[in-house]
Amino acid sequence: MNKQKYIEDLRDIKQMMNRSSRFISLSGLSGITAGILAILGALSAYQTIYANQNYLEYRQAILSDEHLFTLLIIASTTLLLSIAAGIFFTTRKAKRNKQKLWDLQTKNLLINLFIPLVTGGILCLILLFKGFIGIIAPLTLIFYGLALVNASKYTLEEVRSLGIVEILLGLLGIYFIGYGLIIWTIGFGIIHIVYGIIMHIKYGS
Amino acid sequence: MKEILKNLNKAFENKIRLGIMSALIVNDYLDFNTLKSLLDVTDGNLASHLKSLEKSGYIKFSKEFIGRKPNTKYSVCEEGKIAFSKHIKAIEQLLS
Repeated sequence: MNKQKYIEDLRDIKQMMNRSSRFISLSGLSGITAGILAILGALSAYQTIYANQNYLEYRQAILSDEHLFTLLIIASTTLLLSIAAGIFFTTRKAKRNKQKLWDLQTKNLLINLFIPLVTGGILCLILLFKGFIGIIAPLTLIFYGLALVNASKYTLEEVRSLGIVEILLGLLGIYFIGYGLIIWTIGFGIIHIVYGIIMHIKYGS
Repeated sequence: MKEILKNLNKAFENKIRLGIMSALIVNDYLDFNTLKSLLDVTDGNLASHLKSLEKSGYIKFSKEFIGRKPNTKYSVCEEGKIAFSKHIKAIEQLLS
């Protein structure tokens, strides 16, 4: 009886199940970069919102149309740079591991990621133009978290817990609405960096 | 011991057939080319193993056309699922 063969068989089965159903080229470095970009974005948003206000008095977020425009520019630049970094590092990792970047798993991952994400994005834009500014930052966290949980079946398992952390932070942000931007910075900045480092150590670049 | 050995399925002794089953179990369906690149085998080799699994009644396929190219989608049958999980259980018992 050759036990070694069956140990190998079990390992092969597990490996094949993962490889055929999950997108495993996700790079931790893209998480770290996205985190740093989010912190930079939040800092410039902070300066835009609270510019020219007395720091010792109660501060109120007042948005003129001009400010709104600047914020939208900051947000879209941050988003685009993060996506670009994600694509760059992930492509590099897929190439190194000799894996195809565009296949059924990638498609499944993206479709399931984008359904909640686009819903949240559109909702936030509507709220923005209706003037409900305070809840937008935490709402982006909630929808991003839901998107991650939804997509986690098709990629590394850590993505699921990352999603749950983002949802919880988002709910906290809605409750403590005055801290929206700070909690947003923790969620998109610090948590991304932490998870990025964990995944970089665990799965390599 | 004999009981366990009886549950080990000869159809899954081969690495490629084992790979095909593992991949199909966790996916609704996979097409020929995806399977080919997952397993890193030649067309003929893959086709013959697919055929033998199909003969055993473990997998089924459907043919459709994308434009003019034929595209064959393979999926696992209920019988295949049962046989595969029996096989894995037998391996686990053997190793425990």
